[in-house]
Amino acid sequence: MTLPIYMDNHATTALDPRVLEAMLPYLREDFGNAASRNHAFGWRAEAAVEQARAQVAALIGAQPNEIVFTSGATESDNLALKGAAEFYRSKGDHIVTLKTEHKAILDSGKRLERMRQERLEELKLLRLMELTGGEVRPEDVDALAAQYKLDQDPVLQRWASVVRTGARVTYLDVEKDGRVSLEKLAAAITDRTILVSVMLANNEIGTVQPLAEIGKLCRARGVLFHSDAVQGVGKVPFDVESMKIDLASVTAHKIYGPKGIGALYVRRKPRVRIAPIIDGGGHERGMRSGTLNVAGIVGFGKAAEIARTEMAAESARILALRERLRAKLMSELDMVILNGSLEHRLPGNLNVSFAYVEGEALMMAIKDVAVSSGSACTSASLEPSYVLRALGVEEDMAHSSIRFGLGRFNTEAQVDTVARLVVDKVKKLREMSPLYEMAREGVDLKSIAWSAH
Amino acid sequence: MAYSEKVVEHYENPRNVGTLDKSDPNVGTGLVGAPACGDVMRLQLRISDDGVIQDAKFKTFGCGSAIASSSLVTEWVKGKTVDEATQITNKEIAKELSLPPVKIHCSVLAEDAIKAAIEDFKKKRAERQAAASLSS
Repeated sequence: MTLPIYMDNHATTALDPRVLEAMLPYLREDFGNAASRNHAFGWRAEAAVEQARAQVAALIGAQPNEIVFTSGATESDNLALKGAAEFYRSKGDHIVTLKTEHKAILDSGKRLERMRQERLEELKLLRLMELTGGEVRPEDVDALAAQYKLDQDPVLQRWASVVRTGARVTYLDVEKDGRVSLEKLAAAITDRTILVSVMLANNEIGTVQPLAEIGKLCRARGVLFHSDAVQGVGKVPFDVESMKIDLASVTAHKIYGPKGIGALYVRRKPRVRIAPIIDGGGHERGMRSGTLNVAGIVGFGKAAEIARTEMAAESARILALRERLRAKLMSELDMVILNGSLEHRLPGNLNVSFAYVEGEALMMAIKDVAVSSGSACTSASLEPSYVLRALGVEEDMAHSSIRFGLGRFNTEAQVDTVARLVVDKVKKLREMSPLYEMAREGVDLKSIAWSAH
Repeated sequence: MAYSEKVVEHYENPRNVGTLDKSDPNVGTGLVGAPACGDVMRLQLRISDDGVIQDAKFKTFGCGSAIASSSLVTEWVKGKTVDEATQITNKEIAKELSLPPVKIHCSVLAEDAIKAAIEDFKKKRAERQAAASLSS
């Protein structure tokens, strides 16, 4: 068997050879700029882009003129949140999302909150200058604010009510299986809410959210509904019409297309508007300026077409592989815990914690297999996975988690090799683990006064 | 992240993995770290009555660098006196294994494990001597 084995298809996927073939002419002779309206090079590029736009639209049940090409899902998420917050700021200033969303959503939300906060700080300073009749040094603001009881100041409250910059964001907890509670979501929506953003499927635990129910709720409450659909598109059913989705982020490289190309779906009926975050030549109906990445777009279109026509058969095959892997690991090892929902889950996702074994150590032991871990040691921040923590997974179990991401090019033989390797190495590492020994001796690990470091 | 050759070597061929009888009066056990932080080291030392480390065993829950750090110190402490072993610093461990900055805490844990094991041994000895003086 050829090593290493790639089983990290949530991170990215291999370029399908059919996609590469479709792209090549646009990297060679058909290099034209799709915005060149007066010669054949431009026309050919434009025709290719429009065909791809239709292919991407068809995958998600949209119309071609509802697709805005971007550099990828991170940009699409930024554009959806920041663009909607800016455009609808006279309507409201509140966004609802989940704690388990991708960082592109969470950090866009944080920036919007910071923008609003900074504006409020400026108003506080102005009010204090007015009250004291002179200059106010930044280091004196807190003391003066207390002195003048600014938190009860009606003038400042009136000023704050006209702030239109940034947004307030609610980050909802999820249930134990990673799904959002519709009741909690409904309760979080206020008359100031402009947007709800809930992902189709989670990148770590593969949990699929009840988008159709959320879409119905948002439509009834007159709130826009955005979904980061990156991980689920082409793997589980996704349809912007039946799910009543207004904005959706998708990307090519998770569906065997090239990196650096994605799209934001923006609904036309009823019309949804967003302010651009990149200004320039007014491409993509003014929503995303910048010369189109023609070869990338063509690849995205081809990948979308393959995903649409082959999804049903492919997802069934990948689910069978995933279940084969799960059955092998769980029957041959004790204390293997599945993270997230089994029922509402991407077919290719298996996220498990091997108790008493640290994730990075296991990844090192199976170095011929590319997987990923929620262990802190694999992240730059030294914090274990925030997604697993949001599910209520204990920190030690988060450190012990491994994510297997099965995809189009994985085989049954690969699954068997990986299962055998993981079982052997987990056993070996447990022999080396003081925690496993203590647990087997019946020591309650929670009763020990550990020294946090 | 790429691991240094020495980390990989110790990780793949860990020295002195195992368990010593913790009820043996000459065995000191150090258990440091926390499961929630992703690393726990248990170092056990068998120390002769004249204070020489005769045997060392470890078990570690943690990343490759934590396992390598533990493995390395079991090699280093054997044959050393208790006083010499206490002199081993995390800097020496980190340097020997070429640990990157984010893995320095693994070497700190290994140093702490040596000290904790020796502490445990000394405590046991003191208790034994106290018991002996009481009974005599």
